[in-house]
Amino acid sequence: MIEIEGLRVERDGTPILHDLSLALPAGGITALIGPNGAGKSTLLLTLAGLIGPAAGRVRLDGDDLHALRPQARALRLAFLGQDQAQVSRLTVREMVGFGRWPHHRGRPGAVDRAAVAEALEVFGLGALAERPVSSLSGGQRQRTQIAMAHAQATPLVLLDEPLSALDPRYAREVMEALVAMAHDPVTPRSVVVVLHDLGMAARYADRVVAMKHGRLAAAGPRREVMRDAVLSDLFDTGLKLREVEGADVVLPA
Amino acid sequence: MRLLLALFFALLIGASLGIGVADLSSGDTDAGLLLAISRWPRTAAALLAGAGLALAGVVVQLTVQNRLVEPGLTGTPEAAMIGLLGITLLAPGASILLKMSAAAAAALAGTLGFLALARHVPRRDPVLLPLVGLVYGGILGAAAHWGAWVTDLMQYLGTWTAGEFSGVLRGRYELLWIVAALGLLLWLAADRITILGLGEAQARSLGLDYRQTLVLGLGIVSVTVAVVVVTVGALPFVGLVVPNIVSRLRGDNLRANLGLIALSGGGAVLAADVIGRLVRFPYEIPAGTVFAVAGAGIFLWLLHAPRRVRVAHG
Repeated sequence: MIEIEGLRVERDGTPILHDLSLALPAGGITALIGPNGAGKSTLLLTLAGLIGPAAGRVRLDGDDLHALRPQARALRLAFLGQDQAQVSRLTVREMVGFGRWPHHRGRPGAVDRAAVAEALEVFGLGALAERPVSSLSGGQRQRTQIAMAHAQATPLVLLDEPLSALDPRYAREVMEALVAMAHDPVTPRSVVVVLHDLGMAARYADRVVAMKHGRLAAAGPRREVMRDAVLSDLFDTGLKLREVEGADVVLPA
Repeated sequence: MRLLLALFFALLIGASLGIGVADLSSGDTDAGLLLAISRWPRTAAALLAGAGLALAGVVVQLTVQNRLVEPGLTGTPEAAMIGLLGITLLAPGASILLKMSAAAAAALAGTLGFLALARHVPRRDPVLLPLVGLVYGGILGAAAHWGAWVTDLMQYLGTWTAGEFSGVLRGRYELLWIVAALGLLLWLAADRITILGLGEAQARSLGLDYRQTLVLGLGIVSVTVAVVVVTVGALPFVGLVVPNIVSRLRGDNLRANLGLIALSGGGAVLAADVIGRLVRFPYEIPAGTVFAVAGAGIFLWLLHAPRRVRVAHG
């Protein structure tokens, strides 16, 4: 359960988020949508505890998120950002293994190895486990990153545009992996994901949060937010949601 | 393969101990004394300096997430020289340890300055950052030269800038053993440094104290570079070439590769020193010069070599 109260966030002195209040119940997939520059990534970074608020507060299951110590925070939420300045030459197993670091701080045990093995299995990375991440395709790298977040075994997982630069097949695989994480029968997680592809949001999200100009435009169950009028207003261009052969697609109006 | 490497290493050390103007087997000189006072210290100094610079290189590369950067391209040695000049002027009779400390403090300040600069360099093109570092180091180096010129200390500067081992004698290199202690410290912090290499956001979301780890890593780099500059002089390219080759062959896990990086760095610098002693025997070419020639070639290869990576597990 995430409760955001009167959140204001500035970057380099410029206000990015203005007086944002929002409550996200635990579980399921929440898609963050909105035009470029709406503040989606900033909100995600703030939820990850990587940026502090200028005003307001974020509570995670009742605790002030920004008062948590880094190690305690890393046990409660995993974050997957966009900035990979350099592709690592760690093997897939090593990389996913670092997801366990908050748990063991350098002394991995049987539990950690089992969690890594499980994450590799769930994301179909078993055959690639000993390959360096740098030798993988974009989709495989992204899956490795998500497997790392999975191995971190946190109740909350935050992802910033995990589908960028992925072809349709990998994008779909990644979304289905997120669904599997969110609805894991043993340890279900709350997944909050920034998505540019509205079709993906329409197909996979349980809840949608729409942002514009650093403010909340709409938030609620997918069906409530993903409506023609709301989307057209959000992106300042005509958009309509239609069901085609059982799947929701977003079309220009 | 390992046996072959060990054999090569043993041969290298044997060559370093055996090669010199004085013939150990002639009976004219006290071979034991010569070994103890000159040849062994020189060999150890080359191994330690090489190991330290190679480790410093990999730490810098992981810290700024750019494989083309090394301590010689972050203004670190130049800043160390400014620190040395300062302490030489303020307290000419200061102990070597105090001088080294001043150099290390200045080196850390210079490296942090580079880091602040690096935040503003676009990351799209990895070649940009080392170029910025080259200019930054050049500016610091010019400041050091100006300072040395007006204070008539140019001779000192010469010994700090050109890495060579002919002056290494017992009693004048032992500071380099600090490098071994730093290597151990680095081994303890290896996972944290590897996590730094995943980027700030990733590192912090794994619960790493980012700033503390950054300062620890760059502190190790600065002390290493300061010690090397004070004892034998700056050696370019070691920190660039050695970690890059190891990373290509064995990946980016610092804990797993730390020993290999240290051994390769030590071996490479010792080889450069031995070659420098042989090329114009009985005269010598500084190891730094030999390494710069070979290193420049390898650097160009690294820039253009195919991106394909093979991983050897053993």
